[in-house]
Amino acid sequence: MKVRVVVRLKKGVLDPQGKAIEKTAANQGYEQFGKFRLGKIIEFHTDLTDHEAVLKQAEELADKFLANTVIENFEVELEED
Amino acid sequence: MKFAILVFPGSNCDHDAYHAIKHVLGEDAWFIWHKDTDLRNPDCVILPGGFSYGDYLRCGAMASFSPAMDSVQAFAEQGGLVMGICNGFQVLTETGMLPGALLRNKSLHFICKDVMLKPENTALPFTNKLEKTTPVRIPIAHAEGNYFCDEETLNTLETENCVVFRYCDENGNVTEDANPNGSLNNIAGITNKRGNVMGMMPHPERAVELNVVGNQDGVGVFQSLVHYWQENH
Repeated sequence: MKVRVVVRLKKGVLDPQGKAIEKTAANQGYEQFGKFRLGKIIEFHTDLTDHEAVLKQAEELADKFLANTVIENFEVELEED
Repeated sequence: MKFAILVFPGSNCDHDAYHAIKHVLGEDAWFIWHKDTDLRNPDCVILPGGFSYGDYLRCGAMASFSPAMDSVQAFAEQGGLVMGICNGFQVLTETGMLPGALLRNKSLHFICKDVMLKPENTALPFTNKLEKTTPVRIPIAHAEGNYFCDEETLNTLETENCVVFRYCDENGNVTEDANPNGSLNNIAGITNKRGNVMGMMPHPERAVELNVVGNQDGVGVFQSLVHYWQENH
């Protein structure tokens, strides 16, 4: 199955990239969109089939390494191949 | 005094640190490859600047899991001195040896210039030769130097004297204009509560020779370490 980890900056953490994106989007005529925040998607694969176990292990990995929990939150999603 | 300088894939300020310690100060230094766990009994470990692992995922994230870093953590727990410079500071925050994180510079630009630093805590092994009233001119070269932590951590850093350097102007005034990257409270360097682990974004090792780079304001950091070691070993 596939594992998808979405990493986002925590609220209150400055995101200058988000601000730059917002500005450029506005310049393109998309002023109706605001509060841009840039995150990350990390996807990987496993041959294991136990959903609960995979979820737990992926969350462990995300907490320990894929996300810096000082400044980021994460979400783990599973998807069948 | 013996310095172990860690080298990760992508570290590029290891040789500047070596030169400063070995050739300018005349102390002993060697390199430790990130996969090695034997630090060879140093008095101080340097985590140098650079782009370890290409800054992939997050600056310093992957380097923080190096086998050598396990040894560095154990060394620090026993009271060993550890100084992280630039990428080294980022590695220290990723391992949790120092609190907080280094975010992308507020301006989004990679900033490469001299800044003035106000020594805030001069009672440390890293700063005993510096003076609070004498700002030092040290170069920075980074895109992710914006120091961030939550309010509680910031409070603790400030009240427990863990802020080591702040960005300031020529006269030592800590102003917004003097802050190159948006760091909270103009923080340029911090120490842990114990005072044996220090991280700073600026590069003191790049300012140790007046006749070569026209600046030796950085030599005081290294002289402080040697002085501390002489008094305590």
